[in-house]
Amino acid sequence: MAFRAVMSRRVTNRSSDIGARWMSTWWGNVEPAAKDPILGVTEAFLADPSPSKVNVGVGAYRDDNGKPVVLECVREAERRIAGHSNMEYLPMGGSVKMVEETLKLAYGENSEFIKDKRIAAVQSLSGTGACRLFADFQKRFRPDSQIYIPVPTWANHHNIWRDAQVPQRTFHYYLPETRGLDFASLMDDIKNAPNGSFFLLHACAHNPTGVDPTEEQWREMSYQFKAKGHFAFFDMAYQGFASGDPERDAKSIRIFLEDGHLIGIAQSYAKNMGLYGQRVGCLSVLCEDEKQAVAVKSQLQQLARPMYSNPPLHGALIVSTILGDPELKNLWLKEVKVMADRIIGMRTALRENLEKLGSPLSWEHITNQIGMFCYSGLTPEQVDRLTSEFHIYLTRNGRISMAGITTGNVGYLANAINEVSKSA
Amino acid sequence: MRQQFTSLEAHGFESPTTQSAFSSSSISSSSSASDRRLKALARHLVDASPVMDSHSQNPNDTVSPSPTSSAFHADSVFAHIVRAPEDPILGVTVAYNKDPSPVKLNLGVGAYRTEEGKPLVLNVVRQAEQQLVNDRSRVKEYLPIVGLAEYNKLSAKLILGADSPAIQENRVTTVQCLSGTGSLRVGGEFLARHYHQLTIYIPLPTWGNHPKIFTLAGLSVKTYRYYDPATRGLDFQGLLEDLGSAPSGAIVLLHACAHNPTGVDPTIQQWEQIRQLMRSKALLPFFDSAYQGFASGSLDADAQPVRMFVADGGECLVAQSYAKNMGLYGERVGALSIVCKSADVASRVESQLKLVIRPMYSSPPIHGASIVATILKDRNLYTEWTIELKAMADRIISMRQQLFDALRARGTPGDWSHIIKQIGMFTFTGLNSEQVVFMTREYHIYMTSDGRISMAGLSSRTVPHLADAIHAAVTSFA
Repeated sequence: MAFRAVMSRRVTNRSSDIGARWMSTWWGNVEPAAKDPILGVTEAFLADPSPSKVNVGVGAYRDDNGKPVVLECVREAERRIAGHSNMEYLPMGGSVKMVEETLKLAYGENSEFIKDKRIAAVQSLSGTGACRLFADFQKRFRPDSQIYIPVPTWANHHNIWRDAQVPQRTFHYYLPETRGLDFASLMDDIKNAPNGSFFLLHACAHNPTGVDPTEEQWREMSYQFKAKGHFAFFDMAYQGFASGDPERDAKSIRIFLEDGHLIGIAQSYAKNMGLYGQRVGCLSVLCEDEKQAVAVKSQLQQLARPMYSNPPLHGALIVSTILGDPELKNLWLKEVKVMADRIIGMRTALRENLEKLGSPLSWEHITNQIGMFCYSGLTPEQVDRLTSEFHIYLTRNGRISMAGITTGNVGYLANAINEVSKSA
Repeated sequence: MRQQFTSLEAHGFESPTTQSAFSSSSISSSSSASDRRLKALARHLVDASPVMDSHSQNPNDTVSPSPTSSAFHADSVFAHIVRAPEDPILGVTVAYNKDPSPVKLNLGVGAYRTEEGKPLVLNVVRQAEQQLVNDRSRVKEYLPIVGLAEYNKLSAKLILGADSPAIQENRVTTVQCLSGTGSLRVGGEFLARHYHQLTIYIPLPTWGNHPKIFTLAGLSVKTYRYYDPATRGLDFQGLLEDLGSAPSGAIVLLHACAHNPTGVDPTIQQWEQIRQLMRSKALLPFFDSAYQGFASGSLDADAQPVRMFVADGGECLVAQSYAKNMGLYGERVGALSIVCKSADVASRVESQLKLVIRPMYSSPPIHGASIVATILKDRNLYTEWTIELKAMADRIISMRQQLFDALRARGTPGDWSHIIKQIGMFTFTGLNSEQVVFMTREYHIYMTSDGRISMAGLSSRTVPHLADAIHAAVTSFA
């Protein structure tokens, strides 16, 4: 795991009674790390003085005025929490109450798996933390396994499994020609993978493409997973946020559950409850029985303890306050739908604008895709032109965050996209 | 419809998991029971799948359910996993909770308690909380990977001193992490990737989680002598010998103050000797500062050992925690500072720290850091905090004195001066496991079997009971 870097130490003037090696730096060999591709976009945006600048790189929701949003249900929850929490350590597995409510969202309100206590689940540091815990767990208990990751995927997925030292393979997912799903190749990859392979699946609102399998396609995938004995690990970062309906967004998971798969799930409240900075999520692994779930949970805790001991309290309190109170939960569901509807509305508006401009290209994919992101199909060079000529900021893979689009800037954005793409 | 959060059951609140001794986590091996299950399942299947890959290493290869069978029950790929051993401290609290005795005492708890035995949320924290919740302009956006910038600067000043040349020269990189644990882990991972000597020396004994943290980070863990059971004090000779024979460049974990679990700290003179020895051997200091201000009551005094090392111009790592000194346990607030030789190096180091953090949890949680920053940057709140902090430390020191006096009054055999010589939340009593079992059975005193007690769990009211218990234990089992 460790890299042994060759140290070149400059030995400076020796002092009389102590060796001089400590007088030069230990870190002369440390290279400056590459900037994060996604977060670097926002930095550049912030530095731009242009009044018409648009940030569609941001992976966080914005309202129609381009402002970040704190949900009303969250504000109310915080009002109730303030002054009442005693701030004691949570258990290593996190808030029991929060985890219980979170499992209901993923597995179903009346899930037999919850009743039968077959789910090993721990509170995690949002989606990232859930994926990392699972990757570490996979490394420890299935050391010969590897993980199949879709192409493309959220860039940090690769970092997570790499740091967990789980070898990675990829599987086909996005088809640039159609800006849709490369289903045939995806199915081939599932069939050709060795039996019992581990697959990372985006439950809904695939990041960065916004391309999701249809229900029928999910069923075929599940069937093929059965035949191959594959393990399905779902990263669900956008439940409720994709269609506006959490139950609908969990469909892929429910299909796999119905078909008898023992899956793993990473859940996040960053987007659907707007709790980005609170780092609240949950990792769950469905087991054969309660005894196994207890064993698996205990081992997950053993991995969490030398990483952060126990997870942060505040975000968990917000979630359990909201989900544990029917009124607040209903308010949350309404607010999630508002966010999802605004995104869907912006998709429609962007597409219509482009079509009205007479763009010769097809922009169907904008409304076919779902969730926060749209894979525009723009090339890196076209993206660079968007930025340099129009002060529009997005990642160079052409991913547009719909959350950054407003009624105020959609026309400008459509025009700019048309300009850089019409000669394509 | 205000909800109460004091219900222990709702969130499964448990005593902090400060372990007294580390136990290796069990790594499972294949069990024959799981093989039998697999074979039984295989016998019931219709036929083998045509897509079996004979080259796969997966034991589930022999189980390929026919796609046409209507009932598919996957076998778990984790069926071989055995349950991890219980945390030793948790076991103590579980037993304590079950005990109906009205005189029971929980001295395993690693969190501060008031005279009434209740957790304490500092007034300044409540004030900061209110400020935050009332500020409607606050949003919940992601923090940068390195955390809240303001918080990082304030944390560095707190431990290194506001006038620290290292800070003024921009030679320090500070990143917000998940309390002490997270800071140690991120620092450990950074070292495992970029440092040339992958061995870390930890004191014997130390906080139970230390060896696990560093092992998982990729370092190899060795120990140096620290505690002398004979004197219940520091084995200074042993410490110097062990560090003296460590390979050049090795990393050394140092408890900045209030050593956990022994409460035994070096004197300033001893620290100076340690510093000189370490610098002469180019050993890299990694400080764990979990009790700044909480040990002596003075933030500056408790930071002295760290500042001595920084003052000589050398490099070091420091992990800070606000769990105890600000009572923010559950919010997981901490910071890792790396003091480097130059601003350029510090900047490169920071960029590499980000690469460790991003695939672990992307960015740290905002709430606790916001509370800390609110307090540290406001002069009034800061002053009030130092007063509340001193009050906590003073109460602990008073408990030490009261226990010592009570044992002397009873004429309990033995030298108990270590109770008042040791510092911080914990006392290593020197009681053996037999005596501990006796005290639990006869006096309903709950503590870890290594004889460690949390002074925070005592009050003036309960000291006599504990003294009686110790007296009885010592006289019954010589």
